[in-house]
Amino acid sequence: MATILTRYGDGTMLTMSEKELMQDLEAGTQDAAERGNIPALSKEELAHLFDIFSLPYNFVSVEPGNEVVLTYDAGTLKIRRVGVNVDRIQALQIYEKIMGADTMELCHVDYSFKPIKPIVTMEQPILEQALLSTHVPLFYGAMPNLGTYTQPDGPFPNPSELMPMGDIEGSRASYDATVEEAVKDIVYAARAMHASGADGINLDTVGAAGEADFKASLMAADILKKEFPEICIELGMAGEFILGMHGEMEWEGTRLAGMYPHEQVKMAEKAGVTIFGPVVNTNTSESSPWNLSRAITFMKACCDVATIPIHVNMGMGVGAVTVNDHPPVDVVSRASKAMVEICRLDGL
Amino acid sequence: MRAAGDLVARMQMARGMRIAEAKAYVAEKLSVSVSELTDPVIMTEVRQDLQIGQIMPLPGCAKGIEAKFRLSEVLELDINCVNRFKDRTAI
Repeated sequence: MATILTRYGDGTMLTMSEKELMQDLEAGTQDAAERGNIPALSKEELAHLFDIFSLPYNFVSVEPGNEVVLTYDAGTLKIRRVGVNVDRIQALQIYEKIMGADTMELCHVDYSFKPIKPIVTMEQPILEQALLSTHVPLFYGAMPNLGTYTQPDGPFPNPSELMPMGDIEGSRASYDATVEEAVKDIVYAARAMHASGADGINLDTVGAAGEADFKASLMAADILKKEFPEICIELGMAGEFILGMHGEMEWEGTRLAGMYPHEQVKMAEKAGVTIFGPVVNTNTSESSPWNLSRAITFMKACCDVATIPIHVNMGMGVGAVTVNDHPPVDVVSRASKAMVEICRLDGL
Repeated sequence: MRAAGDLVARMQMARGMRIAEAKAYVAEKLSVSVSELTDPVIMTEVRQDLQIGQIMPLPGCAKGIEAKFRLSEVLELDINCVNRFKDRTAI
């Protein structure tokens, strides 16, 4: 029996027998199916995953012609994060010409719409100049980040302090107030960047502060799409599950808490979102086969019901990629190949 | 950008096309096959011929906004910054 060399979700190496590999693949898909109330992967799909993990190569890929396009979140921020000291327009050019990126995103290091609002007139000329010297479609992106609207960072009472005191109503009222303000900030900044020529607006890490975060993003997308029918809005999620911090928050008559990707995408479509970026979180103590089988199950259900392009989030800690700053290529390439071949998605 | 990923991405972004539809649309407009869209050798020649921007910008070839003007025509696509450029320069 062959030995499979793979990793845990935290990136550490792991060897498995073929039997253990199949057991983890089955357990991963079962976990997703039970949580999301969605179909588990078929025997053929599990066998395909088994084959991908059995390949002896470090890097694997799809067959020619099956490639998908890539969008990036926080691209100009990440190049500074790794200590490459270049200006943002230079960063865009590096991604485009040296890395061969299909698209890019201009962003500010303080990557939330709230701090962008007062400096948006400083951001617009950067985008306008970047658009003159680049070729690929350029997004302008930031996070809704509703956590920045509550004390001590923002004006509203902090629900995390009110809840332990039993003030449920006060906590919910605070979440409702943050939604209202966040929508104003997102729409304000997006309008400005659209006017400056952006090819798209990226709302990134949506849902990080629970369903209020998701609701604000949906409302902002809805307003922008009605105002600018031609605008491209990409909505990338923070996690696989909409956290019920409020519990009863709704949008368009639908309760948002507890939604998984195949339900989130229907809300995104209703709001006029152009590209949806679902997330499945990586479990660090489970194996890569377990994580990938689980992630594929969620993503396949999402792609099956979607009518808009799906760009699955594949990076550190999501999409079965290990939780490392520099994820190992054996896991990244296997996860990417499996996502494209089984989910029939549109991009990563 | 090494092949045609940016062009396919534009169709997803501008028209909400899924990947197969976007690839077919771009291939038809460039008069290439879908499988050739990801070949960097073929696509460099196509991009150079159509003046729609390439990784290695040769002297005299369309670059940046110039290439996006061409791209807007080739893909029959409204590009936000191209329209903005036209407004600002009274073209």
